[in-house]
Amino acid sequence: MMTHPMVPDPWRVQRVRRDTADTFTMELESANGKHSLAFAPGQFNMLYLFGVGEVPISISGDPAKPGTLVHTTREVGTVTRAMRKLKPSDCMGVRGPFGVGWPVTEARGADVVIVAGGIGLAPLRPALYQLLAARNYYGKVVLLYGTRTPADILFRKELQNWHSRFDLEVHVTVDRAMGNWRGNVGVVTTLIPRAPFDPHSTVAMVCGPEVMMRFTVQELEKRGVALENIYLSMERNMKCAAGFCGHCQYGPTFICKDGPVFRYDRLQPLMTVREM
Amino acid sequence: MEIETLRTLLAEHPFAQGLDNRYVDLLVGCATNVRFQAGEYIFREGGNADQFYLLRHGRAALEIYAAQHGSITVMTVGQGEMVGWSWLFPPYRWVFDARALELTRAIALDGKCLRQKCEQDHELGYELMKRIVQVLEQRLQATRLQLLNLYDLQPQPAEARSR
Amino acid sequence: MEEAKNLNPSILQRSQLDLLFGALAERGYRVVGPTVRDGAIVYDDVRSSADLPVGWKDEQDGGKYRLVRRDDQAVFGYAVGPHSWKRFLHPPLVRLWQATRKSGGFDVAAEQHEQRLTAFIGVRACELNAIQIQDKVFMGGPHVDSAYKARRERAFLVALNCGQASGTCFCVSMNTGPKAERGFDLALTEVLEDGRHYFVVEVGSETGAEVANALPLSPAKPADTAAAERVVTQTASQMGRSLDTTDIKELLYRNYENRRWDEVANRCLTCANCTMVCPTCFCTTIDDVTDLTGEHAERQQKWDSCFTMDFSYIHGGSIRPSARSRYRQWMTHKLATWIDQFGSSGCVGCGRCITWCPVGIDITEEARAIRQSEIAPQAAAKEDENGD
Repeated sequence: MMTHPMVPDPWRVQRVRRDTADTFTMELESANGKHSLAFAPGQFNMLYLFGVGEVPISISGDPAKPGTLVHTTREVGTVTRAMRKLKPSDCMGVRGPFGVGWPVTEARGADVVIVAGGIGLAPLRPALYQLLAARNYYGKVVLLYGTRTPADILFRKELQNWHSRFDLEVHVTVDRAMGNWRGNVGVVTTLIPRAPFDPHSTVAMVCGPEVMMRFTVQELEKRGVALENIYLSMERNMKCAAGFCGHCQYGPTFICKDGPVFRYDRLQPLMTVREM
Repeated sequence: MEIETLRTLLAEHPFAQGLDNRYVDLLVGCATNVRFQAGEYIFREGGNADQFYLLRHGRAALEIYAAQHGSITVMTVGQGEMVGWSWLFPPYRWVFDARALELTRAIALDGKCLRQKCEQDHELGYELMKRIVQVLEQRLQATRLQLLNLYDLQPQPAEARSR
Repeated sequence: MEEAKNLNPSILQRSQLDLLFGALAERGYRVVGPTVRDGAIVYDDVRSSADLPVGWKDEQDGGKYRLVRRDDQAVFGYAVGPHSWKRFLHPPLVRLWQATRKSGGFDVAAEQHEQRLTAFIGVRACELNAIQIQDKVFMGGPHVDSAYKARRERAFLVALNCGQASGTCFCVSMNTGPKAERGFDLALTEVLEDGRHYFVVEVGSETGAEVANALPLSPAKPADTAAAERVVTQTASQMGRSLDTTDIKELLYRNYENRRWDEVANRCLTCANCTMVCPTCFCTTIDDVTDLTGEHAERQQKWDSCFTMDFSYIHGGSIRPSARSRYRQWMTHKLATWIDQFGSSGCVGCGRCITWCPVGIDITEEARAIRQSEIAPQAAAKEDENGD
């Protein structure tokens, strides 16, 4: 008998690390000998906590290391708050991976610009790992990352490592800065006009709050990036992740199976309709 | 620095893209090459706004000073960008501090001189205004996004949003 | 279901109809069919034709449904009621798995799938289409709902070519009836003519042929099949509603901001009745529940509706807080986005959403109003020109 897509597999917590005041990263290993979970950058899993509930969370780890599942999320509800309190060897249910991810392979031969806002860097990190693992296939690779304040910056250590690489251009900015922040101040879209990429041969991958993504698209368009080369990761209510429950419909699409990553030209007619 | 070099630097700056040669020449006549050490002020709030700056290298912060808080950075600008438009409108005084965050090289343009030239030649005025308005538009949009506090939008009660 | 088109229809006398129940029961089928309960025709277990709504018909209109006596003894002389077969194939509440806490974690036991064979008696053409539409939802994508598949594979469908349309029927517009064309095991047409009462039987699958072979069928004469055709033709001419589907997808995609949505929102109670009675609406929610000891948990799948506020909730609030956007979502999904998602309309023209809407909102009227709003301004502009 085939397994129902709604039945979770057991995974065990290796560790939980706080990233910022309200975000944390969990590392999990399989608890039933199913040793790995191959995934594509941009895909997500449904994570279930016994007696609490289930939530969709994007995968933030390295696709080349499918033995460890890495999830970075924000404490926003009952389930994620409970997850924050998990201890090593605690058990969790995992269904997935689900959805269509970033066009990492399709972008070969072009420049790649990644624009991330806040927690939006988490689902983009696997794409960066993959881009860097096959760095020769790409032109310029640029990461533009914005957060609210310096304290909200995710993956600081990694950003520093990436910053020191010669084959990766990293620009970080914050909306608000006090004290001794010496970096950029301004919303992430302000980094786009001067970012070093060839707009006529660029694939853009964008993830962040919806308003931020809309303004990012505008700035990319001003630079001359074709709309069909811009990809966004969308968020809607997801219950089943398999296209059965109907919750995540967005116009003619199901975010869970047609997305969460979409080519912008497909989203364009939908994004300006309110309450879509 | 030789005039010819200054002309090249100016012509290469994004601000001058698409500008007619005679106007580039005219701008060179009002331009000076300048550099600021890290931490050095480019201009100070309340000072006379007689110039504006096209950044060539480095980064600068627009700041406002608040007692008890010190200097608060409103935004940062970098290579290829422009700083300062207070020279365009009376009373021609800076409203923010601008400070170099690192060694910063820029072309300073004499606003007083340009104001007069723009009055005499409205076509030049239009070309400059188009470029400045574009910068203003970008800054205004960015400021609006900053105000929205995008990463932490507080939920509204659903009843308040319906209809 | 393997197609085994029987080109030679046969006859089952009304007096022999119970033999069909017997033949199905003998093969281990639970038999489900229409029956009268609480003043409506609902689908439930039936043992013989005596349980069927013999001599009843329904009167339906926007927000109105009632049963009245027929002046004949027709067995299937009514249209569809509030139930549809989805309550058996896609039940309102399904337990998906149970979990038990153990040291260092928990064990998950997947629910065993339905093993029972079930025969559905009196499946209308619109309902057959609805079943095929739900097949695409649950079995046609990258993931398969194995529980649905198990129920579906164990279903035996006895279709019924309608002899009576209701005031809210519009299957002719949706090209889904009133004749069952495919997807059945057996199809019946009920004929009451010149003092005779019989069923013309068509076979649609090998399983259907097997059951048919167990019945005392006689070959249909040309006059019998002609009578059956007249039944269907007459029903087709009785449609209570109509819906112009020309370019309807594009029409609705162009009209997300039409003012008509505000008007319908003023009447819509967002009660979700339309989605509950709709035979294609498939939305569910997932409830993870724990018992009081905290030792056992289970996951339940329950029918849900896009008319509830919670349906589109994500951190920060509901995506569709207004009645306007929720009605628009439902109707645009049904008639337009469904085509992009599953290759067909999500509406089969059964009329249930019109009948069971407490305020009588009519999907055909709403579609017409939106179409009209595109023509009307042009006509008005033309009048202006002529007036000048």
